[in-house]
Amino acid sequence: MARTLLKSTVGKKTIMAVSGLIMLMYLVVHMLGNLKIFFGAGEFNHYAHWLRTLGEPFLHYEWALWLIRVVLVAAVVAHAVSAYQLSRLDRRARPVAYAHKRRRASYATRTMRWGGIILALFIVWHLLDLTTGTVHPGGFQEGHPYQNVVDTFSTWYSGVIYIVAMLALGLHIRHGFWSAAQTLGAGNATRDRVLKATANALALVLTVGFIAVPVAVMTGVVS
Amino acid sequence: MKLTLRVWRQQNADAPGTMATYPVDGISEDMSFLEMLDTLNEELTLKGEEPVAFDHDCREGICGACSLVINGDAHGPERTTTCQLHMRSFDDGDTIDVEPWRAAAFPVVKDLVVDRSAFDRIIQSGGYISAPTGAAPEAHSTPVPKPDADFAFEHAECIGCGACVAACPNGSAMLFTSAKINHLNVLPQGAPERETRVLDMVAQMDEEGFGGCTLTGECATACPKGIPLPSIAAMNKEWLRATRKVSR
Ligand code: HEM
Ligand code: FES
Repeated sequence: MARTLLKSTVGKKTIMAVSGLIMLMYLVVHMLGNLKIFFGAGEFNHYAHWLRTLGEPFLHYEWALWLIRVVLVAAVVAHAVSAYQLSRLDRRARPVAYAHKRRRASYATRTMRWGGIILALFIVWHLLDLTTGTVHPGGFQEGHPYQNVVDTFSTWYSGVIYIVAMLALGLHIRHGFWSAAQTLGAGNATRDRVLKATANALALVLTVGFIAVPVAVMTGVVS
Repeated sequence: MKLTLRVWRQQNADAPGTMATYPVDGISEDMSFLEMLDTLNEELTLKGEEPVAFDHDCREGICGACSLVINGDAHGPERTTTCQLHMRSFDDGDTIDVEPWRAAAFPVVKDLVVDRSAFDRIIQSGGYISAPTGAAPEAHSTPVPKPDADFAFEHAECIGCGACVAACPNGSAMLFTSAKINHLNVLPQGAPERETRVLDMVAQMDEEGFGGCTLTGECATACPKGIPLPSIAAMNKEWLRATRKVSR
């Protein structure tokens, strides 16, 4: 079974769908958590601390957080490796292009590959910015996420990077969620409209929810 | 009608090809696209040039032999086969690009003719049922629920022309393969091979070098028989079910 999954184009696609949905679930929770910034530094920092004590006393300090990190890294790697392998197969399957060019697929569909690459680069930037503080503009302080977020968005380029990445995320989810439903066999003629509407709603809510934070800092609503 | 054709000419599988330009005159809008090409070929033959090679057989939209990507669309601008496409779908003075199906798994044999035997091998790997031969069985001995019969019939309409592969940006054969699998897997007659059919046919499809599905939907738009895009989801469901049941 594992071999069939890894070898087949349908199997690779299944891996993409499952890893994509895992990341999607995480993003919904992450977005909701981010919105706590609107309730002030105390509540936001307290929430960040709670993430580290989650599961105690059964789990040790930060164990739950590391567990989530391991699952997410596995999902990102599985997703990116399958995307690379499938894209290579897809290109090889059409070695000679048509002389008569025309475009018809929707923008979200056409940009899955470039959008995915933008997201991968963004994930690296985001971790270096707000997790390790390596590229953070101005004194990064571990354990003070509220101040770190405000400092990040006090530079115009950070705002631009985050907003562009979240627009790319919205497009990726718009095609990705519906696509994953087809890959996992949940699609049929009667369910199609519901699935497309859900994909659009998820894409919109996540994009707006995530963008709200940089916009709020840049306009001074959060400071 | 007076038209300018830009047609892919290629001597054989190994020769390089090119788009050649031919003017054609005296085309009636009641002609089929293939009759228009026949007119061109008559002129070429009279001039001592080699006629354009293209596939065709029934010329009534049921055999799946005709092909051609016309102005970038598999089977041209209408949802039908090239043999059933009429010149009234074009305007006097048009320039029309005519190309073969493009896919690694469909190598060009000559001009507009491609080798589609990859489809035959996918069928051979599982597109059959095991049934005792002899006199026709009594039709009522195996009841089939109406929705299942309709579903099977919808997929049985596939004529295996390959337009789905030609239209797909990934040269994927998922719509064809799903039509063949769904047609048999939903019926009681197809039940004995239900798992091996989907696993073997998908494996053969990959083996032939067709690309994967990105749910772009171009295949279902191009299909002259209207095989719907959710057929692929139905095939994926069968594949996942079979993968869980059969360990190999
Ligand atoms: C590492 C960065 C990423 C890369 C390189 C990437 C790339 C891709 C590519 C190339 C596809 C296939 C498009 C297709 O075949 O139609 C895809 C599909 C998908 N992506 Fe991503 N992506 C990334 C991040 C994400 C993230 C953060 C999510 C979270 C929501 C996500 C969710 C999905 C989903 C649900 C699918 C659909 C899978 C399917 O069609 O079955 N991806 N991705
Ligand atoms: S020639 Fe038979 S379908 Fe067109």
